[in-house]
Amino acid sequence: MQRFSFLSLARNALSHHEGWHRAWRSPPLRDTYDVVIVGAGGHGLSTAYHLAKEHGITNVAVIEKSWLGGGNTARNTHTIRANFLRDVSIRFHDVSVKLYEQLSRELNYNILFSQRSMIDLIQSWGKLRDLRRRSLAMALHGPAYDLIPVDEVRRRIPAMGDLAGVRLPPLAGMAHPEAAMARHDAVAWSYARAADARGVEIHQHTEVTGFLRDAHGRVIGVETSRGTVRAGQVALATAGNTSHVAAKAGLSLPLVTRNLQAFVSEPVKPIIDVIVNCPDVGLYVMQSDKGELVIGGGTDPIPSYRQGSHVATFEDVVASLVELFPRFKALRMLRQWGGAIEFAYDASPIISKTDVEGLLVSTGWYGGFKSIPVGGLTYAHLIATGAPHPLAEAFGLDRFTGLRFLLEAGTVAQR
Amino acid sequence: MLQISCPWCGLRPEGEFVCLGEAVPPRPDPAALTAGEWAASLANRANIRGLHAERWWHVRSCGRILTIWRDTVTHAIAPGPDGTAAPEAAP
Ligand SMILES: Cc1cc2nc3c(=O)[nH]c(=O)nc-3n(C[C@H](O)[C@H](O)[C@H](O)COP(=O)(O)OP(=O)(O)OC[C@H]3O[C@@H](n4cnc5c(N)ncnc54)[C@H](O)[C@@H]3O)c2cc1C
Ligand SMILES: [Zn+2]
Repeated sequence: MQRFSFLSLARNALSHHEGWHRAWRSPPLRDTYDVVIVGAGGHGLSTAYHLAKEHGITNVAVIEKSWLGGGNTARNTHTIRANFLRDVSIRFHDVSVKLYEQLSRELNYNILFSQRSMIDLIQSWGKLRDLRRRSLAMALHGPAYDLIPVDEVRRRIPAMGDLAGVRLPPLAGMAHPEAAMARHDAVAWSYARAADARGVEIHQHTEVTGFLRDAHGRVIGVETSRGTVRAGQVALATAGNTSHVAAKAGLSLPLVTRNLQAFVSEPVKPIIDVIVNCPDVGLYVMQSDKGELVIGGGTDPIPSYRQGSHVATFEDVVASLVELFPRFKALRMLRQWGGAIEFAYDASPIISKTDVEGLLVSTGWYGGFKSIPVGGLTYAHLIATGAPHPLAEAFGLDRFTGLRFLLEAGTVAQR
Repeated sequence: MLQISCPWCGLRPEGEFVCLGEAVPPRPDPAALTAGEWAASLANRANIRGLHAERWWHVRSCGRILTIWRDTVTHAIAPGPDGTAAPEAAP
């Protein structure tokens, strides 16, 4: 791997940047691997990296139907945070935030990680009670989530309009200083480059279309658009398409896929330096390094794989935005898009073996950009050792059988 | 905006309805199932990419719960596949 440093940048500048190597190889597809990971999003790539790094398993292929990092990883609004409700989720995401803090150095790639606080604006007594409970749960584990008065909210978000006249007058705020954002593409690219450097193969434009089974029903490989590939284990990291892919192995999962949309404005001068989240009205907004306002809200309330913009939800989000930030009425929107995100029945992640031997799943990542480092770390542990990682013991599919649901409503803009 | 056909009110805009999700068959008798089968019947969904049957509740009008077939990729509402009726509506 060609390392990035001040010196290498200077040296390559002198040779007109023509001396850079490709960030990862495109080797021919072989017919057998120890592990096949399906899906080269952040989770699949981080898993491959950790398989190689912590477990020395490098005979690994990451198989991607489209281009690497082009799924939800490319479509997300890059918020990283650890303000969850359940003990296991708080610990899990706290570790993820800490891994993110070191990621640029660890992978020798600038992911533009920027810790800048998230402020939740509270506009109902029910939400206030809810979030104070979450704050107390988090106090047991470390990451901060502090109640702040409305004056303080106004001071920290001067772009907001006069709050006195809004339909649901703000009661208070919650500040989560660890919250951050990072360049989403860079996260996928940096893991891909680092996994490749350790011997992992990444195969783009190769769709998994079915599974190879032995006489006992065990999965022993995958059928792809480029031929059959055998594997000791097959690990799905296919996000919103996980039910669709798993069904080809006869597996049914507690998942529903929905569309989540986002949109960005034309770039403007720095105007918001925190991530603003308004769970009562279904809105969040932050400003990217390029100056664009990145805006999102709740998911569309219907099962969907459309990856587009649903007008009814779009209208809701914009109405909430211009009520709290009247000056944004003058902004033009540049782009809008959607992604197919998957919710588990109890809204917590699933990192698990399945009833089909040889087939594993990591899914339920409706807000899983923040979980990419720890998701990969723990999924790799399960694949390599056969036992769940201590941080992810609660995330097995067996929790549904025992009705040990991990009800988590810690989503951004969850209403 | 979807236009949904209510058997009582006719074609009405999506905003009057609440989507109740995939149309699952009536709950089986838990006594006749293993714990795993019971849990699966509660939590698992086919989560189909393509045409599926789903329930909508006409909550801001007549209150009726109805079943439609809708493609989850295109969102087009369509008649169900030939001969396949939607699973029984829950009482
Ligand atoms: C609009 C939007 C905003 C979001 N905002 C945030 C946020 O602010 N913070 C946050 O933490 N999360 C956010 N998320 C969620 C986040 O994007 C995802 O949870 C995360 O990117 C999931 O990563 P992944 O690797 O599991 O999925 P993906 O990046 O989608 O990767 C899955 C890959 O599997 C591939 N695949 C699927 N089927 C097959 C097949 N049959 N064969 C081969 N390959 C296949 C796909 O092409 C895809 O590349 C947001 C999502 C959206 C849509
Ligand atoms: Zn009606």
